[in-house]
Amino acid sequence: MSVMTVQSLTLKIDGKDVSCQAGQTILEVAREHDIEIPTLCWLDGLTLWGGCRLCVVEVAGSPKLFAACGTACAEGMEVTTNSERLQKYRKTIVEMLFSERNHVCAVCVSNGHCELQSMAQKLGVNHVHLPYRYPKLTVDSSNDRFRLDHNRCILCTRCVRVCGEIEGAHTKDVKGRGINSQIINDLDQPWGESETCTGCAKCVHVCPTGALTERGTAVAEMNKKRQFLPYLTLMRENDK
Amino acid sequence: MTPEELQTLAARGQEKFAHYKHVLNVCMESGCVSSRSDTVADALDKEIAKRGAKEQICIKRVGCLCSCAQGPMVSQDDGKVLYKEVKAEDAGAILDAVGSKPVSRLQMPADHPFFTKQLRVVREHAGKFDPEDLEDSIRVGAYHGLMKVLTQMTPAEVIAEITTSGLRGRGGAGFPTGLKWSTVAKAGNPTKYIVCNGDEGDPGAFMDRSVMEGDPHRVLEGMAIAAYAVGAQKGVIYVRAEYPLAVKRLTRAINQATRQELLGANILGTKFGFTVEIRLGAGAFVCGEETALLASIEGRRGLPRPRPPFPANSGLYNCPTLINNVETFANIAPIINKGGAWFSKIGTAKSKGTKLFALTGKIVNTGLIEVPMGISLREIIFDMGGGIPDGRKFKAVQTGGPSGGCIPEKHLDIPVDYESLASVGSIMGSGGMIVMDDTSNMVDVARFFMDFCASESCGKCVPCRVGTYHMHEILRRINDGEGTSADLMLLRELCDTVKTTSLCGLGQTAPNPVLSTLRYFEQEYLDLISRAEATRAAAGDGHSKKAAGTTGLEVTL
Ligand SMILES: Cc1cc2nc3c(=O)[nH]c(=O)nc-3n(C[C@H](O)[C@H](O)[C@H](O)COP(=O)(O)O)c2cc1C
Ligand code: SF4
Repeated sequence: MSVMTVQSLTLKIDGKDVSCQAGQTILEVAREHDIEIPTLCWLDGLTLWGGCRLCVVEVAGSPKLFAACGTACAEGMEVTTNSERLQKYRKTIVEMLFSERNHVCAVCVSNGHCELQSMAQKLGVNHVHLPYRYPKLTVDSSNDRFRLDHNRCILCTRCVRVCGEIEGAHTKDVKGRGINSQIINDLDQPWGESETCTGCAKCVHVCPTGALTERGTAVAEMNKKRQFLPYLTLMRENDK
Repeated sequence: MTPEELQTLAARGQEKFAHYKHVLNVCMESGCVSSRSDTVADALDKEIAKRGAKEQICIKRVGCLCSCAQGPMVSQDDGKVLYKEVKAEDAGAILDAVGSKPVSRLQMPADHPFFTKQLRVVREHAGKFDPEDLEDSIRVGAYHGLMKVLTQMTPAEVIAEITTSGLRGRGGAGFPTGLKWSTVAKAGNPTKYIVCNGDEGDPGAFMDRSVMEGDPHRVLEGMAIAAYAVGAQKGVIYVRAEYPLAVKRLTRAINQATRQELLGANILGTKFGFTVEIRLGAGAFVCGEETALLASIEGRRGLPRPRPPFPANSGLYNCPTLINNVETFANIAPIINKGGAWFSKIGTAKSKGTKLFALTGKIVNTGLIEVPMGISLREIIFDMGGGIPDGRKFKAVQTGGPSGGCIPEKHLDIPVDYESLASVGSIMGSGGMIVMDDTSNMVDVARFFMDFCASESCGKCVPCRVGTYHMHEILRRINDGEGTSADLMLLRELCDTVKTTSLCGLGQTAPNPVLSTLRYFEQEYLDLISRAEATRAAAGDGHSKKAAGTTGLEVTL
């Protein structure tokens, strides 16, 4: 029997020498070494999306930025994760999200437990200098147990991915494009009428904001429980 | 079909038309058909039958005759006489004139620089044969390159020839084609795909449509040669459904070629097999981006994904996939027939060969032109295009569509090649070329392209989805006389963020029309804004506060 050898690499992240295995992404390796790179759409256990662009980093020798979630480490790479330039871009992106829909934290069930909110705090976004769009959006309360509030959705598609990839129901998807994109259930039906939804609540708990919540929660009460995802991922890997 | 049979078929094609004293070619591409060139061809047919001249004069329905805005176009004896704006009623007059003096009221000067300055490689035979007739296509040389490759060359030699030619991708980015082919050839997976990108989503561009409609067999031949070179078995042509004529001609060409074993399991009697199918796109601009295009072919939402992996390593159904543009594939046969060295003599040091452009806008002669790389913009616009109509002055030329930029008068002498266009803030792009005169408002031009990008953004990534929306709103405000200086600062900042952080080429290039108009025509932005500020000041304080308020809202987190 031949033994598979995995090549190991060394690189520098924020001046720190680190080693990793070939194929690992910059994000993975950075987190292994307690270097924080902000992300919103990325979630361990779900497939790569690459949509929020918050994890962009600089790589020495290239004028382009790279999304850490989808970029594999290479030997001798020198990565900068937190330059002034990157901070500026990240702040602008978070401001874009706030300006896009109606994120009124003070009256949100996820107030205090929201990843968008904590991201803004972490990045020092205390002011949105982009004009608000104030779009007219609906809230789907047709499901007995859950609520989908498009006003708070940032289109990270975690719900779409967890529903298709982990639960296997594929109830959720996206309709429209550009600024008019919107999460839908089945063929754009009320959630309560969905015949594919199993009621597993996985989408609710992976949702980073107050867009997907349990009914019966009041302001600041919606605390998401996400332990199932690493657990299921581990089980699947052991199965292989 | 064996190589001998291909020769026989070519000879038969020759014979079929040899006995005609004269040939009248009627353009049957979308442009001319839309002005009813089909009725012209029918009228000519009828008139010939009436005169009993069927054995002397042949009417052919052919590909583009270049002067698209003046269609229906008719050419007599391969361009010796050219007629424009022909109507069905003119059939008699045109036939009367065959062999004597041309009809002067319809005639176009065939020796005009618009025609003589062109150099035809991709479209070398277009307009001279019937693209729906396989024998006629073979008569002008179709599949001879494929035959040469299959009988005389190894795959490595084919790739070497393409590399020598210096050909670069015509889909926009100008990636070296030989390098792309060799990457796919080296990819270690027995199943590989060839994909032809015929999405052509740029507003105002119709180069690829013309190639697909006017010479579909050449596209198939290029794909088959590529398949042989990289070791692929299957090909897909992705065409937008808005191109029904291209779809019809390609479908017909695939069926004809398959029947004659020019496609299929044993091409030209060899062991090499290659099949091609067509996939229709629903007309989203982003589906021209290669990873979105692959997703769309696989039946998923047309969304780009992060690269790497590049399609060359992991593309269609996770197999190594070669994606090239229609025009890129159409360059392959001439390179094989005449040699890479011949091709590399055309053009500039880094940009070889010719390029098709769809010349439109405020210009005397509009249409489809093929010019050698390195020709200057001035030659194209003033010599070939005949300059600006109605005594107006030239202001700018836009190349590269929504990903490109506006080039002012002072840069008109740069050579048309990938690097030079990039150095003045535009790109080669796929070949749209829109000329603007001094009545054009450059802020509105920028707004137009941003409107396009915002509505074509797929919505996957935040900077493009939200950034293009805001940029369009700001441009609209400035253009409508509601802009502020703060708007201009914000616009620049958004351009930077969207360009640098977007996931795919759409977002990364969407700010280009804004950046290039800001670079060369900033004064127009400033004028609009100062006029708006003056109006607000005159209207009193209340109004100005409201306007400032649009860019300064507090949020409680
Ligand atoms: C938004 C966007 C739209 C594109 N549209 C097209 C297109 O319509 N046709 C095309 O050939 N390439 C298009 N491209 C470029 C393709 O991604 C790809 O680079 C090209 O098909 C490769 O072929 P080439 O090497 O022959 O140029 C587009 C790219 C982007 C980012
Ligand atoms: S840049 Fe625009 S088109 Fe490209 S992935 Fe992002 S949102 Fe979609």
